[in-house]
Amino acid sequence: MTAPVSPAPLVRAPGAPDASGVRIGVVTFPGSLDDQDAARAVRLSGAEAVPLWHASQSLDGVDAVILPGGFSYGDYLRAGAIARFSPLMGELITAARGGLPVLGICNGFQILCEAHLLPGALIRNDVRTFVCKDQRLRVESTDTVWTHDFLPGEEITIVLKNGEGGYVADTETVARLEGENQVVFRYLEGNPNGSVGDIAGITNERGNVVGLMPHPEHNVESLTGPSLDGRRFFSSVIGFVQTVR
Amino acid sequence: MARVVVEVMPKPEILDPQGKAVTGALARLGFEGMTVRQGKRFEIEVEGELDEQRLAQVRDAAERLLANTVIEAYDVRADDAPVVEAEPSLQPSTVGTLTEDVQQ
Repeated sequence: MTAPVSPAPLVRAPGAPDASGVRIGVVTFPGSLDDQDAARAVRLSGAEAVPLWHASQSLDGVDAVILPGGFSYGDYLRAGAIARFSPLMGELITAARGGLPVLGICNGFQILCEAHLLPGALIRNDVRTFVCKDQRLRVESTDTVWTHDFLPGEEITIVLKNGEGGYVADTETVARLEGENQVVFRYLEGNPNGSVGDIAGITNERGNVVGLMPHPEHNVESLTGPSLDGRRFFSSVIGFVQTVR
Repeated sequence: MARVVVEVMPKPEILDPQGKAVTGALARLGFEGMTVRQGKRFEIEVEGELDEQRLAQVRDAAERLLANTVIEAYDVRADDAPVVEAEPSLQPSTVGTLTEDVQQ
């Protein structure tokens, strides 16, 4: 297999900040589906999208990394279980522990949990069906590199589409996540998948690694979604990278 | 060649939607009073002698990859059944014996 080809660059969206020079890697595993959408969202936000191939051992000096949605390695064994041991993930785990911003979306969230960069696990939806809907969420924590452009308590709409989105963790872990402000997003208007505490997304202690089941990369253009709330994930990390430089 | 069996089950406190779906289907078929939890069984053919060190390696594999110990428990044991190479010429009687071995 060959590395994915990066499509032609897009002009950044009107109003997006000048993020030239900010390079955000998007990892493609065999079975990734939303890597191109994630790269497109990065470019719309004004940054450079850098394709990263799972079999590579180099992060190519990127400023942040997105693990996209899909079914890496066909979800064989468990969702994310095999992807977690790919060569690139070895590099990524080290870099994430050193503070590199990492966003795991859906399958990417499952991979981050399997890699123990985030606590807990994702199991099959309690409703026993694939769920695909525009999901209302509350932003519970803006104290992460991926969410600081939101307002605390803000309610947003991001598309949710998965079969294994039920977040579970032991009681002690959930208490710690709640107590340390590491729950980043919570489902509103009903729990779509049985996640404990209506948890839709979490972060690590440092706030540089965020995982969530909904797909912010699909909510960046008015043509294809009811909100543009996904854009602020990307503006948040771009702002962070520009600030720490 | 020896065989080691690793069984992986969702922990009791973890919801098992697959098991629930199977339980519901059994009830609809008229199998009453049966509650199912669904797990996985791995049959691992191990080269060389199956000593304690080799079993420890399989336990390590189960811990690191085959099971996610956040949500699953696993059991590792040596399988006494002889390892039979799958051949198209297997007679039905042989297949029956294999099935019984698996069920032990």
